[in-house]
Amino acid sequence: MQIKSLTMTLSALALSAACGSAFAADSLTITSWGGAYQKSQEEAYYKPFTAKTGIKITQEEYNGEAARIRAMVESGNTTWDAIDVDAATAQQGCDEGFLTPIDYSKFGGKEAFVKGSTFDCGIPTIIYSTIYAYDADKIKDGPKTIGDLFDTKKWPGKRALQKTPFGNLEFALMAEGVPADKVYETLKTKEGVEKAFKKLDTIKKDIVWWEAGAQPPQLLASGEVVMTTAWNGRIFNANKVDKKNFKIVWDGQLLDYDLWAIPKGVKDLDAVYKFVEFASSPEAQAEQTKYISYGPALLAATAKIAPDILKDLPTAPENAKTALANDPVFWGDNKEELLKRFNTWVAQ
Amino acid sequence: MAVAALEGDAGPGVDRTSLKTKLRRAERLNRARSFSLVAPLLLFVLAVFALPIGLMLVRSVENTEVRDSLPRTMVALESWDGTATPGEGVFAAFAEDLVQTQKDRTTALVGKRINYEVPGARSRFLKAGRLIDAGGGGPWKDKFLANDAEWGSVDFWAIMKRAGGVMTPYYLLTSLDLRQDATGAVSWNFADQSIFLEIFYRTIWISFMVTLATLILGYPVAHLLAILPPKHANMLMILVLLPFTTSILVRTTAWIVLLQSNGVLNDALLALNITTERVQLIFNRFGTVLAMTHIQLPFTILPIYSVMKSIPASHLRAARSLGAGPLTAFVSVYMPQTLPGVGAGCLLTFILSLGYYITPALVGGPQDQMVSYFVALYTNREMNWGQASALGAILLLITLVLYAVFNRLVGIDKVKLG
Amino acid sequence: MLAPSYATPREKFTYLVFALYCTLVFLFLVGPILVIMPLSFSSEPWFTYPLPGLSLRWYEDFFFNERWREALYNSSIVAFFATLIATGLGTLAALGLSRGNVPFSGLILSILISPMIVPVVIVAVAMFFGFAAVGLNNTYLGLILAHAILGTPFVVITVTATLTGFDRSLTRAAASLGASPWTAFRTVTLPLIAPGVTSGALFAFVTSWDEVVVALFLASPDQRTLPRQMFSGIREQISPTITAAATFLVIFAALLMMTLELLRRRSERLRGTLA
Repeated sequence: MQIKSLTMTLSALALSAACGSAFAADSLTITSWGGAYQKSQEEAYYKPFTAKTGIKITQEEYNGEAARIRAMVESGNTTWDAIDVDAATAQQGCDEGFLTPIDYSKFGGKEAFVKGSTFDCGIPTIIYSTIYAYDADKIKDGPKTIGDLFDTKKWPGKRALQKTPFGNLEFALMAEGVPADKVYETLKTKEGVEKAFKKLDTIKKDIVWWEAGAQPPQLLASGEVVMTTAWNGRIFNANKVDKKNFKIVWDGQLLDYDLWAIPKGVKDLDAVYKFVEFASSPEAQAEQTKYISYGPALLAATAKIAPDILKDLPTAPENAKTALANDPVFWGDNKEELLKRFNTWVAQ
Repeated sequence: MAVAALEGDAGPGVDRTSLKTKLRRAERLNRARSFSLVAPLLLFVLAVFALPIGLMLVRSVENTEVRDSLPRTMVALESWDGTATPGEGVFAAFAEDLVQTQKDRTTALVGKRINYEVPGARSRFLKAGRLIDAGGGGPWKDKFLANDAEWGSVDFWAIMKRAGGVMTPYYLLTSLDLRQDATGAVSWNFADQSIFLEIFYRTIWISFMVTLATLILGYPVAHLLAILPPKHANMLMILVLLPFTTSILVRTTAWIVLLQSNGVLNDALLALNITTERVQLIFNRFGTVLAMTHIQLPFTILPIYSVMKSIPASHLRAARSLGAGPLTAFVSVYMPQTLPGVGAGCLLTFILSLGYYITPALVGGPQDQMVSYFVALYTNREMNWGQASALGAILLLITLVLYAVFNRLVGIDKVKLG
Repeated sequence: MLAPSYATPREKFTYLVFALYCTLVFLFLVGPILVIMPLSFSSEPWFTYPLPGLSLRWYEDFFFNERWREALYNSSIVAFFATLIATGLGTLAALGLSRGNVPFSGLILSILISPMIVPVVIVAVAMFFGFAAVGLNNTYLGLILAHAILGTPFVVITVTATLTGFDRSLTRAAASLGASPWTAFRTVTLPLIAPGVTSGALFAFVTSWDEVVVALFLASPDQRTLPRQMFSGIREQISPTITAAATFLVIFAALLMMTLELLRRRSERLRGTLA
């Protein structure tokens, strides 16, 4: 009995400690991808939002693990209020029912956004691209095509790739000469998947894997790798902030959207919507491009962007010539299976 | 106090039998009192520690997805003989179930469960879900077959039926790189999915190398600590124990700073002209074993030290005076006496190494990840909790067997800290 | 110093090699920890020697950045309560077991020690599933209970160790002189086992203070602890702030070590006078 009352006292103490922390009331936990991207969101969204509404933002980072969202929702204790997800997760989250369907009427309808970027369970925020880059201070006449990423004879040395099947399989196929518009068609076949993994096999021993978006610029800067895939904004940011001379190879770039998703079971849905509406205003989205070179998904925001920023966006015409647009339905359907295959392959 | 009373001499006037009863009662009371001191912690450990682990073990054979989501289909399949594609009855029940799973958004989850055993099943289920959403009535069999010819596969339905059972050996079999085909026969898994035996082997191998490294580094140090006068030995003991109480993350950070390509060690090697280009020292097996050895070294040293400390120095002197050379004396007289300590230290380090997660995750490459990493991966990333639990169950079994051996040989109550 | 007086020159040489080898092992043990400390005072965010300049900017970041401060606060709260529970329950259990008349005491002891042996990922995953069912995930209480479990084996081990040298006739003497069990415990037993209890408590504290795996699984952003904050930092980029945090923790650990050493000496002295 004594023990029981002791635990009760302790839990009361612990709870009061929890309530005493500055973030318990009137705050939202926003989860994003860390590093320069999250920093840009902090400047363009979180700070002005808190200034305007008084609602504090607690920041959390993740590396896009959909399972963490689902686990949280299934355990009935949703602690993340809004999450920046990729398109495949937005699709999967709807299929598996761990994301809240979005009320687009609050955002001026789906027509307000770039065509094809809207999802039932996610409001698009940016268009980003997975590209590969090298340090122009170290390599003078650098690689030009997606094939060069896999050419260890011509470009010896380590290369860093993201530790996920997403993007790498597409790059492998394009390097094998599969045209951009045939990539997903090919990946739907067993042979296509084999072909992609075979191509990756040829450079496996030269691969350094990255998981967090902040790693690629560091790996390049430290000379740990000669080239690395990356999200284009991170490279832009390293050049701008850290005065690096990284060059982006746009050939075979993989365009994708990031979206705001709301997991099921958030405590204050109205407050979350308030935040997402704020983050989907043309002013806020245009403001973000000052910090990172991602294209806004809101059509009305493009007009507010300075022309010298526009040329660095993945959607600029000269950058997008051979671009491949991510197929979220393909990834929504096949992510789990390819992830399993990929993780097995990586660990072998 | 009962104990004190019993100490007294039983005088001549005392009834012998009642004293015996009293004695027994007092003993019982005393035992109950002792146990009541132990009980709170025991209950705490059982409730907060053992019970969750037990539930996790259950999860490794649990099989609820299909049973919960497709109840009508499972009933309809009961009378299916398994020789040909099931009839309209099964498909109609299946369609009815899918209407519900579409509403609950669980179609993808059932598909995912079947997908473990039949690759491609998840997208097939999603496609079928869209077919159901499109509306319209039966007959369903032709509609499903037209949607995807695989719905006609006999093997597929056999696996569906099996997946509806209360328990499944699937996760445990997969953890051992085995698979069950549609008839239930067990064979080796496909090469592109076989990985777990290699991972168990890798885990054991890394633990072995770490144990060996700690022994080679630690044995002489333990000897030094044992023969030095206490004043000096205590000073050096602090050097052994300081890393022991320093955060694993601090030590891991230190190794990354030291070993990375542009790190301190590589800078030094280059500056001293020992190497001409930067050497890969981290994010590989070398870095993993090195960092783990650093962390485990005190665990190996301390038990060896405490055994060495109990060996009288006169033994060596006696051997020498009887004519043994220094090496012979050391190897044939001293070393055998240290074996219990060596066994305890090595076994402890080996057991603890098996469960490493953080260090390999931070300083190892993909080929250096151990079982724990995959338990975490399947929990956090792939949401395959059955697989995570099955891998955990096997790792736990190995650990507990070794723990029992340790208890037998050494006794956990002999473990000392500092 | 090491070589006995009757050693031959060749033996003396062997002892020299032996001493050198041990020095290298000690260097291996403490070197890495010492190497990162100066880096935390660097004025530039690169990990290179010689240092480009000295600065306290990383300490400023560590102590004034809201995230780090919050993490420090959370770690302190969790470690404090976890230590309290672990020490209380662990000491009681050790006292009970040392009375030598508990049935199945061997089995019970192995169960009580097992949290130290079972791979921590298994503990974390099991609690992640189990705690979710009772709503303990993402709460301070859940994290405290989990850390308390991980700390108890250390308390049981250290207190049991002090009790093995404990002369039971002392409490009997106290009782025969009319002391109540509580008084006997407070005035006789407790002072004698105090060093063991305190060093057990220190180990329990360090266990919670350093723990990262369980925190990764059970804690929400609101309960982010110091090790967890470091972990996400190491994953992304090792900023010098992490080396500042590390230096802080090393000094903290060194202070704990000294406390332990003092306690050990005290305990030896006490036992020495009583023997």
